[in-house]
Amino acid sequence: MIETINLNKSFGSLHVLKDINIKIEKGEKVVIVGPSGSGKSTFLRCLNCMEDPTSGQVIFNGVDIADMSVNINIHRQKMGMVFQHFNLFNNKTVIENIMLAPVYVEKKKRRAGIRQKLFGKQPAEPIKSVKEIKAQAHAQAMELLARIGLQDKADVYPSLLSGGQKQRVAIVRSLAMQPDVILFDEPTSALDPEMVGEVLELMKDLANQGMTMVVVTHEMGFAREVATRVIFMDEGRILEENNPKDFFEHPQNPRLKDFLSKVL
Amino acid sequence: MGNFDKKIETFLNVFIDGGGYKTVIEGLKNTLLIAILGLLLGIVIGTLIAAVRVLPKYKTLPKVLNGICSVYVGFFRGTPMVVQLLVFYYVLLPLLGIRMDSVTVATWVFGLNSGAYISEIMRGGILSVDPGQMEGGRSVGLSYSTTMLRIVIPQAVKNILPTMGNEFIALIKETSVVSFVGATDLYVAFNNMGSSSYEFMVPYLVMALIYIVLVLVISLLIKLLERSLRKSDRNH
Ligand SMILES: Nc1ncnc2c1ncn2[C@@H]1O[C@H](COP(=O)(O)OP(=O)(O)O)[C@@H](O)[C@H]1O
Ligand SMILES: [Mg+2]
Repeated sequence: MIETINLNKSFGSLHVLKDINIKIEKGEKVVIVGPSGSGKSTFLRCLNCMEDPTSGQVIFNGVDIADMSVNINIHRQKMGMVFQHFNLFNNKTVIENIMLAPVYVEKKKRRAGIRQKLFGKQPAEPIKSVKEIKAQAHAQAMELLARIGLQDKADVYPSLLSGGQKQRVAIVRSLAMQPDVILFDEPTSALDPEMVGEVLELMKDLANQGMTMVVVTHEMGFAREVATRVIFMDEGRILEENNPKDFFEHPQNPRLKDFLSKVL
Repeated sequence: MGNFDKKIETFLNVFIDGGGYKTVIEGLKNTLLIAILGLLLGIVIGTLIAAVRVLPKYKTLPKVLNGICSVYVGFFRGTPMVVQLLVFYYVLLPLLGIRMDSVTVATWVFGLNSGAYISEIMRGGILSVDPGQMEGGRSVGLSYSTTMLRIVIPQAVKNILPTMGNEFIALIKETSVVSFVGATDLYVAFNNMGSSSYEFMVPYLVMALIYIVLVLVISLLIKLLERSLRKSDRNH
């Protein structure tokens, strides 16, 4: 589903990612761990080209999205991202947060359909009215909110939610686009301890339903329980990758041994 | 101050019987027209320029656009409004063979001028919005411009509303320069009354009063607007 080929990223003279080659299959739950500053966030952000790789390829569903000539927005719609600081839209209510992108995409399709019709071609899909588009997006958003038990927060602004609620809304916001994969960058690091659980629960839920996930986290318990593969990153390189059992019980690389002895 | 009563009487004579109120209404109308339309124009121009100036600059087009915007902002911020007005009215438009009445010219010049100032205010406003907002938008597949328009700029506007209010008040006050191109504004109206009665004290006092009331009303409106925009920060 995602493959990076000789992925490199530098910020000026700082070489952050060094020749990363990795292949992530559909349904995998890849957890990335490593010391702070090792390039985990940068790696994740290169996967959806939030940072443009300095060199190398990022193949997503068969397309090299690191190529500047592809329309990255279309591919990002299928690649959700969840941030440490949630990044909910502050000027939109909870339900607007969830509906915004789906409505935007459907409206775009609608305009394309109308254009095709104008030129006498048969639109690929039936043209929906704006009302229909909004109603569908609203229904879907309410369903997603029901899933996290926050229907009653639909019309409040994010500033009124707790951290855990914000992060769960952020997760369902990305789900609203029906992504093929979701990238998580330390989704629980900014949360008060008592809220970590609810977010991890939701993520486990997604995992059980077969979502492909790439997760940067310090929650080793989550890695053990949910990961299909754990990756250790240090100084911009992947130093070790393994199934969680062997990763935690029989680490090979001395750096990883050292890291685990500190975090476990 | 013994003859203050007499001065007021003289003023009322020119104001009411002499038809001075008509010029004042005309002047007030022009002042507001120039300031409001100028501000709206300035907001459009300023937002466009600000959007260009915060664009990532590793491609050629943004670099070129940015250069053009810098020159524009530099010119309008670097010269006095009177000079801009005179240049437009007496030099540029005649050269281009365009005929325009002085109020229209003044409105355009005010718009172009405040556009330069507002672009800087707006740029600050955009930069004050958490970069995470842009990332949130891009991560769900919205384009840069859509995220800018729907997410970042609305929040920027909220942040800069007080400063924008000041800009509007500054515009109102600055409309007095349009007398240089022969348009009637509040200053011209009261000045005329003063000249025709050789009595300036009361007309200028009343003029100051009108300006103060205008500014107070505007400040109040901005407060109300701010409050309604703050609803996303509040307990509903
Ligand atoms: N936008 C940026 N500009 C410059 N340096 C950056 C930027 N983002 C990250 N870095 C640097 O890249 C290195 C890796 O950062 P990051 O990927 O955030 O690490 P991690 O997520 O593993 O803590 C750090 O040294 C960091 O300072
Ligand atoms: Mg990080």
